[in-house]
Amino acid sequence: MSKKLVSMTINGNKVEEAVEPRTLLIHFLREKLNLTGAHIGCETSHCGACTVDIDGESVKSCTCLAVQCEGADIKTVEGLASGGVLHAVQEGFYKEHGLQCGFCTPGMLMRAYRLLQENPDPTEEEIRVGMSGNLCRCTGYQNIVKAVQYASRKLREPATDTVAA
Amino acid sequence: MIPPSFDYHAPSTVAEAVGLLAQLGDDAKILAGGHSLLPMMKLRFAEPAALIDLNRIDALRGVSEEGGLIRIGAMTTENQLIASDLLKAKVPLLPEAARQIADPQVRNRGTIGGDIAHGDPANDHPAIAMALEATLVLTGPNGERQVPATEFFLGTYFTAMEADEILTAILIQPFAPKTGYAYTKLKRKTGDWATAAAAVVMTMDGERVASVRIGLTNVAPTAMRASDAEQFLVGKSLDAVTLDEVARLVRAVAEPAADLRGDEEYKTAMAGEMTKRALRQAAERCR
Repeated sequence: MSKKLVSMTINGNKVEEAVEPRTLLIHFLREKLNLTGAHIGCETSHCGACTVDIDGESVKSCTCLAVQCEGADIKTVEGLASGGVLHAVQEGFYKEHGLQCGFCTPGMLMRAYRLLQENPDPTEEEIRVGMSGNLCRCTGYQNIVKAVQYASRKLREPATDTVAA
Repeated sequence: MIPPSFDYHAPSTVAEAVGLLAQLGDDAKILAGGHSLLPMMKLRFAEPAALIDLNRIDALRGVSEEGGLIRIGAMTTENQLIASDLLKAKVPLLPEAARQIADPQVRNRGTIGGDIAHGDPANDHPAIAMALEATLVLTGPNGERQVPATEFFLGTYFTAMEADEILTAILIQPFAPKTGYAYTKLKRKTGDWATAAAAVVMTMDGERVASVRIGLTNVAPTAMRASDAEQFLVGKSLDAVTLDEVARLVRAVAEPAADLRGDEEYKTAMAGEMTKRALRQAAERCR
C-alpha cells in the first residue's frame, strides 16, 4: 500500500509528509511530528484524551485518518499558549485544580477551548454536556467544570493579569 | 491499535465514488464518519483492501426542502442535524434524537447515512427512519432508486443496499401541524448505545390517538416497528391501562441480545418502558 503525500497546517505551521493511508491522525501527530500532547487513551473514540481541533471542530484524533486531513487547519494542545502566556483554559485548569494525574487534560483543554467558542457563556449544565465526550477518572469533574467557568469569565473580560507558561 | 493496510480514495463527486465502487468491487468499503468502520478495522472485524471516503463530496451534505419533502444528504453529521433550523421546524424528532447519539466530538464526524447504512440494530437512526417512514435514496451504476426505510433493514449488518450502491440521501415527509414525537433512549452513559430506545411519531384527534408509528432500537436483530402496538393504539386514549397493554405488545415482539447492558428480560422490559415514556411525551406535543 503506497504512501500518500498529505499537507496540512498544524498550530500555524505548514506540514507536508508521506503517510500510509492507515495512519491515524493521533499517531501522525505523536510519532511523526513529535506532538505528544494529545494522548492515546481508549483508542475507540470514547475517552476524548486525543481530542484536537480540525477546521474549527473538536475531533477525536484516534478515529480519523491522517490522509483525511489533507488541507486541514489543525490545532493541538501545543498550540494553545502563545508568546509564553497560557491560554485562558490552561490558566483555568491550573487555578481551579482541574486535573490530578493529567492524562485526560490535553483533550479536556482542547474541547474546552472549542466549547467556549461555540458557547462563550455556558451554564454549568451546558459545560457538562459540552464536555461529555471527555472522560476523567480522577477529579469527579467538579474542578473541571470550575476550570471551564474560570476560562469563560476570563475570555469574556478585558485582558488583565496573565500567568507565565 | 492501527488498522490493516488499505488503499485510500477520496472522490469529490457521487459519480466518481460509484465508479470506484464498481471498479474495486467487494474489497472496497465506503467510509462515512468512520466511527463504526475505523474501530472495526482496528479490531480486524473488517479488513477492506480499499476505502472510498465520501467526506470530500460536498453534494452529500446538508438539509433542504425539495418537492414538498425534506432531503438530508447522507453525509450530514449529527451536529448538522442538531443545528438545522429546517429540521427543527419540519422534522423536530431528528435534532432531538441526534442530541442523544454519541458525544459532541463524535457528532462532528458521525453521519446519518453512515448510521443507517451500517445496518447495526444498536444505531439510533434506523428505528427513527422507520418511525418517520423515511425513504432512502441509493445510487449505483444504473442511477438512483428509492427504498422505504421500513424495507431496508434485513438483518444485523445486512441491508437492502447492493454491493455497488451508496446511500446518498434520506427523504422525509415534513410533520403536519400538531404532530407529536419523541425519542426516548435508555443508556448507561454518554456515548453508549441504547439499552433500549423508542421513536414515536403520532397525531391525536382530541384525547384519542389518530395515527402512530413506533420504531424500536437495539431490541432485535434489526431496528423494527412495533406494528401490533401501533394498531392497538389507534382510537384509544393514552390511559394507564392502554399504556400497559402497549408495553405488553412491545415486549412480545422484542428479542434483544444479552450483553453488558442487561439480560434479555431486562432489555425486553425496558423496550416496553421506553415506548410508554415516548408515547406520553409525544402526546403532550400533540396539543
